Amino acid sequence: MLYDIKVKNSVLFETVVDKMIYFDNSATTKINADVLKTYEKVSTDFYGNPSSLHKYGEKAFQMLETSRQQIADLLKVKPSEIFFTSSGTEGDNWVIKGTAMEKRVFGKHIITSSIEHPAVLNSMKQLEKLGYEVTYLPVDSEGFVRPEDVKKAIRKETILVSIMAVNNEIGSIQPINEIAAILNDYPTIHFHVDAVQAIGKNIDEQYMNDRVDFMTFSGHKFHAPRGVGFVYYKNGKRIEDLLSGGGQENNQRSSTENTPAIAAMAKALRMLKEDEVNSAQRESELKEMLVKHLEQKKNVTIFSPISENFAPNIVCFSMHGVRGETVVHAFEQYDIYISTTSACSSKKGVESGTLKAMHVDENIATSAVRVSLDNTNTKEEMQEFINALDKIYEHFQILN
Amino acid sequence: MNYTEIMVRYGELSTKGKNRKDFISRLNGNVTKVMRGLDKLSIRPHRDRMHIQLNGEDYQEVITRLRKVFGIQTFSPSIKVKKDFEEVKKVALEMMQEVYEDGMTFKVNTRRSDHEFELDTNEINLQLGDYIFTNIEGIQAEMRKPDVKLLVEVRQDGIYLSNQVIKGAGGMPVGTAGKAELMLSGGIDSPVAGYLAMKRGVELEMVHFYSPPYTSENALRKAKELTGKLAAYSGPIKFIAVPFTEIQETIKSELPEGYLMTIQRRFMMRLTDLIRERNNGLAIFNGEAVGQVASQTLESMVAINDVTNTPILRPVSNMDKNEIIEIAEDIDTFDLSIQPFEDCCTVFAPPSPKTRPNLEKARFYESKLDVEGLIQRSLDGIVVSTVMPNEEFLTQEDTEINELL
Repeated sequence: MLYDIKVKNSVLFETVVDKMIYFDNSATTKINADVLKTYEKVSTDFYGNPSSLHKYGEKAFQMLETSRQQIADLLKVKPSEIFFTSSGTEGDNWVIKGTAMEKRVFGKHIITSSIEHPAVLNSMKQLEKLGYEVTYLPVDSEGFVRPEDVKKAIRKETILVSIMAVNNEIGSIQPINEIAAILNDYPTIHFHVDAVQAIGKNIDEQYMNDRVDFMTFSGHKFHAPRGVGFVYYKNGKRIEDLLSGGGQENNQRSSTENTPAIAAMAKALRMLKEDEVNSAQRESELKEMLVKHLEQKKNVTIFSPISENFAPNIVCFSMHGVRGETVVHAFEQYDIYISTTSACSSKKGVESGTLKAMHVDENIATSAVRVSLDNTNTKEEMQEFINALDKIYEHFQILN
Repeated sequence: MNYTEIMVRYGELSTKGKNRKDFISRLNGNVTKVMRGLDKLSIRPHRDRMHIQLNGEDYQEVITRLRKVFGIQTFSPSIKVKKDFEEVKKVALEMMQEVYEDGMTFKVNTRRSDHEFELDTNEINLQLGDYIFTNIEGIQAEMRKPDVKLLVEVRQDGIYLSNQVIKGAGGMPVGTAGKAELMLSGGIDSPVAGYLAMKRGVELEMVHFYSPPYTSENALRKAKELTGKLAAYSGPIKFIAVPFTEIQETIKSELPEGYLMTIQRRFMMRLTDLIRERNNGLAIFNGEAVGQVASQTLESMVAINDVTNTPILRPVSNMDKNEIIEIAEDIDTFDLSIQPFEDCCTVFAPPSPKTRPNLEKARFYESKLDVEGLIQRSLDGIVVSTVMPNEEFLTQEDTEINELL
């Protein structure tokens, strides 16, 4: 039985914390101050339209193309393989629907997993309405797609396999290399990887595989502004255009380029990549602190073990008997911000899609919360978090 | 493998008798130029080979750069071993194991300049071959066309082993054939013509005509970047930018349309020739291919060539466009050449130029212009710069941009 209690009235939660603690970095991150400066400076000094012929437009064009080059260099790919978008969601929609349109004469079957982000899953739903057939692969009890399931699902008319690199709810790193090895035998199938949660976590070699044709990224997950992302789009592959118009982004995604946000994102990505090894190390230390602490609690289930198959920054766990939403609000009282399993669906009060796919007991699944760390978080913050956690946990034992 | 040196085999110059010394020293200079920045290398040109000691520099980088040096037939990364046959066997076996694939054939090929060494050529061939044969299961010996040749060179200072032969750029060292001017537009053909000229040992200076505001800054940058691509084969190249606006405007406003192109070209040829004379060049190269466009018919060539006696060499004159494109792709100028910046050959291009201009008429029309004044003012406006190998201009390092990113 679950109880929703009004935490605000509880004496327990009157403790005052000086500084807010933001542990919801998988939802979005704070824009970096230097990145913001770039955004501002490019907005005011490079506002020319990159398509304009004159020198001032040329200057903006150079800014745009230098940004593209920088991002390509950081990912060790070609600049012609980087396409700017307005978000991770847009990237997912484009690759999936663009493949469906481009390759419809070859077949209408798509393979994805049951734990994808809604941007992927709902794109699939839309395609199903148009007569496409979608196979949603199950995951094992730890939250991993089984590569052999991919192999079994492939048909003659399969045109796309879309599997995320890092699950946004529990942080499981999907076996992209193994799936890539299988897809090596099927060179015409597009392989898309939603890498929104994976970038900068020092796990490039686990998903940046040569067989991957498309990858989706989102700027605001790594301290760039909102409203900008990019797609890695392998040379030689082809998907239908996303937006028709003035011919920007190699005629595939028209719209006057968002130069300030793009430049800011290029800078944020550079900063992320430069400090990647250290950041991931720091994040995993914090994660370890938390997981080890949680392991001592009887009525807690941890879905994100310390393992190289899990992202270093995500800890998903359930405090038995308390709704995830309630736990989020309880932490809020300490000026600590975490999330139910994913910010996108958390307001709708639905249980976690990933945990459901893992066949986690419904009561435990609805109790799940997600802590998502970032290179800006500190040990002190984690200690405060743990202190608060202890109090909240103790308090809620009345429910068990 | 931990290669210690690269052994370079000379190209055609091996056959050039008494000029050999000049060729070798020129090649030495050219290799030194392209290896700029790799300071630990020591380059030793000998009579029949050049030895580049790596002294810890990355051999891959050296190979990449060496591939573009004309005058080199082949080269081999090799390992220096002390003169101890046991050591030779050990390293040779490692080298062979590294490249061995099932069913591969090999032979040992020994050269011995140190005749004091305990074993002679045949003994080395036999004993080393035997050792490898016994220690790599499945390998076969094959004298005629082996998959791998293990080269052993016994020299005074040690024994050098190598098992790959990399093809060099061939041709003759740039500079051995003297200096000339290349008329470089920005299209596909002229960089290829330049490459072919350099391959025959010609040192080039670039002459590029530009007509602001009819041509953009980018057209000029593109020509410079093309020069950078060619400079990878020769070392720094002088880039001479010649202003052409006044000449083009004058011709356009005063002469009949059918002769615009012919007379423009005559001016370009005159200017190039004067620059050549001033810089002590011996010839002019350009990218004309017979019949490709109106200005490149034989009749046009007659009408244009009329302004000078200097040899005008056209290395691509009898190649098909596809053949030219193939070379352009090889030398990495194609993608750049097809970038759409208008150059001064297309500015004022008349809708129907004379494909068979009449020489007398061309001379007659031209005589109405102040040829000398126009030429002089253009010469006065020349801007000369030096372009470094692979220097980039289109995506200029902009510090303001870089600071923001």
